[in-house]
Amino acid sequence: MFRNLFLAALVAALCAGLVTSAFQAWRVTPLIFAAEAFEGGGEAVHTHEAATPAPGQDAATTMPAHDHGEEEWMPQDGFERTAFTLFSNILAAAGYALIIGAVSVLFALPITFANGILWGLGGFAAFTLAPALGLPPGMPGMPVADTLARQVWWFGAALSTGAALVLVAKVRAPWALAVAVALVLLPQLIAAPQAPDDPTGVPPRMTAEFVAAVIYNGALFWVVLGLAFGRMADHLAARSAAVPNGARA
Amino acid sequence: MNTSVQTAGTTGLTVSQRLIAGSIALLLGLTLLVGTGFAGDFRLHNGAHDTRHAMGFPCH
Repeated sequence: MFRNLFLAALVAALCAGLVTSAFQAWRVTPLIFAAEAFEGGGEAVHTHEAATPAPGQDAATTMPAHDHGEEEWMPQDGFERTAFTLFSNILAAAGYALIIGAVSVLFALPITFANGILWGLGGFAAFTLAPALGLPPGMPGMPVADTLARQVWWFGAALSTGAALVLVAKVRAPWALAVAVALVLLPQLIAAPQAPDDPTGVPPRMTAEFVAAVIYNGALFWVVLGLAFGRMADHLAARSAAVPNGARA
Repeated sequence: MNTSVQTAGTTGLTVSQRLIAGSIALLLGLTLLVGTGFAGDFRLHNGAHDTRHAMGFPCH
């Protein structure tokens, strides 16, 4: 059983990780590279410099969180950077696959090929849409609020929205629906950390394109993850059922 | 595919088995998610930089 769960998660992670990597290379990464050109003042180097504080604004509130110094390691642009992105996409996909697998096991909500699209759309709603409403996906070179505060809000929004979805999946009752609506609204009512209104060289058109691309990427990633997980889980369950002894670990 | 077949984790399991498997998977999944999307360490951040932006994680 452990083996089936982890095997299904692994296969789903590979499928979703590869698909999202292809989509990112096509529609997302070019925008990140283009934004970095504005970030580095036209230089090709990847510096993570914070925007200059506006006159009269306290430098501490603009959070120059990414001034790590000169000799800090980062993957070389080109093959190395692409390989690291592919690898971390698959690792992130494995993380998400294990999380929905855990939710499935803990709450006895099977993931199948038939309902995999629902799991995918649920994951998309919890981990892409809900956090994006308060913290729109941003590119390098854009002013941001404190990173830890944003991470906490992001995680809270995902958790609260995910909990709402699990609740309505488990309990079909009016009170559960009411609590779920409250759970979906709650993080959005607790205002997300706001980015300072600092000037940025990143053109607004690019920012809009980036947000659309990230949302689309999230939907694609999650639907593939849910369907692949369900398909693999079906396959492993059928195989386990066909083998009288063992194989279910 | 037979629709009566249950998924990987839920066939004939006791509650404690489900709790153990689910907790291990959750812990491992969160570790991977935090490692790729949230960790402050600059090597993890820079290695997963484009993933963080593309997946909508809070980055710089």
